[in-house]
Amino acid sequence: MLTVNETAVAVDVNKAQKESIEGPWQMAWKRFRKNKLAMLGGIILLVLVFGAVFAPVISPYELDDMDYSQINKAPSASHWLGTDQLGRDYFTRMLHGSRVSLQVGVFAVLISVVLGSLVGGIAGYYGGWVDNLCMRIVEIVMSFPFLPLAITVSAVVGARLPAEYKMYITMMVIGFLSWTGLARMIRGQILSLREQEFMQAAKALGLSDKRIILKHLLPNTVAYIIVSATLGMAGAIMTESALSFLGLGVAPPTPTWGNMVQNARDFYILTNRPWLWVPPGIAIFLTVMSINLLGDGLRDALDPKTK
Amino acid sequence: MSKYILKRLLHMIPVILVISILIFGIIKLAPGSPVGTNLDPRATPEQKQLERTRLGLDEPLYVQYGLWLSRVVQGDLGKSFLYQKPVKDVIGPYLKNTFILNIPVFILAFGISIPVGIHSAVKRYSVFDNFWTVFSLIGISLPSFFFGLLLIYFFAVKIQILPINGMIEAGSNTTGFAYALEVTKHMVLPGLVLTIGSLASYVRYTRNGMLEVIHQDYIRTARAKGLNEKVVVYRHGFRNALLPIVTLLGYSLIFLLSGAVIVETVFNWPGMGRVLLESVTMRDYNLMMAVMMLYAILTLVGNLLADIGYALVDPRVKVD
Repeated sequence: MLTVNETAVAVDVNKAQKESIEGPWQMAWKRFRKNKLAMLGGIILLVLVFGAVFAPVISPYELDDMDYSQINKAPSASHWLGTDQLGRDYFTRMLHGSRVSLQVGVFAVLISVVLGSLVGGIAGYYGGWVDNLCMRIVEIVMSFPFLPLAITVSAVVGARLPAEYKMYITMMVIGFLSWTGLARMIRGQILSLREQEFMQAAKALGLSDKRIILKHLLPNTVAYIIVSATLGMAGAIMTESALSFLGLGVAPPTPTWGNMVQNARDFYILTNRPWLWVPPGIAIFLTVMSINLLGDGLRDALDPKTK
Repeated sequence: MSKYILKRLLHMIPVILVISILIFGIIKLAPGSPVGTNLDPRATPEQKQLERTRLGLDEPLYVQYGLWLSRVVQGDLGKSFLYQKPVKDVIGPYLKNTFILNIPVFILAFGISIPVGIHSAVKRYSVFDNFWTVFSLIGISLPSFFFGLLLIYFFAVKIQILPINGMIEAGSNTTGFAYALEVTKHMVLPGLVLTIGSLASYVRYTRNGMLEVIHQDYIRTARAKGLNEKVVVYRHGFRNALLPIVTLLGYSLIFLLSGAVIVETVFNWPGMGRVLLESVTMRDYNLMMAVMMLYAILTLVGNLLADIGYALVDPRVKVD
């Protein structure tokens, strides 16, 4: 029979146990929170995303408002980042540009994650000739030097479409060319997961292949997917800006940071109107850096082995 | 080993075939007809039809592909309408210029990043390591075109000591040593951009590879035996960290060629990247196909070199 005192102790033990049990996600979050640089990256990114989402509300002018009395003005109180050759407010264009740059990044990564995890999952799960075929395809896509192919495809396909669709072409080009690394990694993971006991259980239950891959195998690789998606987004934003800078990505009048830096290919603007190309360049740099910090932090938090 | 290389070479053939089909497909998707690129714009319909037949454009697609492929295999890449000479003769000098720019970058980047990466891993979290970690982060995140423009701005406006454009001065006809000096001067800025970009990722890569090794038990054993720290780090540690670096050496060939496209454009360096962009924007399809094919082959060679290097360094890799 328990005395009052003993029950109290027992309750205490229960409480203590409840507090100390942490899921893997909570543990990861704890590790992540300690990483100041990663937190900084996350915060910068949040600010940027906020600016992009609310761009139409925050921006002081309308996107295409042209004021011919205010052409090529240096930054001032009324135009924080000056105005361009058509008298448009540059800060407004920067905010709207971030919308496009981030959107292209997100959708490109989405395409590459879906393709990469599906191909990797299927190749790893089925093995044999399916695996062989998938890996040959991966090899072929990998044998293309990324940037030259992206340049060629966006130029050739982009030439057939009106300017406002070029944004979607850019997303797809980046997405369809950058899934191979993830596919290889997922395949490797699944090859080892396949041998574990929960897989025998899943098979014994008679689950369909689709369900096994999507509900049992891929969720186990989610930490890798998150990290690779984050770092992939930095790469996608970088590629989009490079393509747009070369005039082959998102085309004006749609503003993106990349095609805004393109202004500097005019030597007069490069040397005399730095406000037309330095701020968008810094914006790309800051965005890519904060995403990289976030991605590195996530990798350290989700996969303590690499530390 | 030679058997392994031969096998890998045979393996490349189907990959090259598929790539060539893809490139052919991309070009076929492109708007505009190649008829007329060789012709006088005032050509009559009969002349145009004659040209169509000559180019085999009335044949079904697979026949066109076969014809194109057989011409390519015989070394006939067609004529560039932009330069009005055979594509083969156009590409040569530009390819040479790209290598002139990239080989010093390659040597510098590896020469610096390997010792730095090793030292960073051994002295993890030291001032030295932190400096290079920050350097890598910035280098990876800074778009090369923006960095290039900043340099041009700085050297064009503030201190005019280095040329910011092209490979030689306009109208210059120096030879011998003076020519070499002139080219070297022009190489400094684009070379700097490329070197810093590659350094950033190579240092990271070497450091990570070395970190995986340096905390293993056999390193502790080596230290416990009382071996000299240099021997421990370079003979015992670095040898095992060499594997990822050898892979990187092969891939960096591709990385350099790709990255150079942007830098060559920014600095107006007459290399492959510029030819590619020119051919793409001017729709010189023969030239474009040849450049793409060349890029693909160089990439495959890079992969092959990486695999061979891997097999040479690591006896655990199955060669047969």
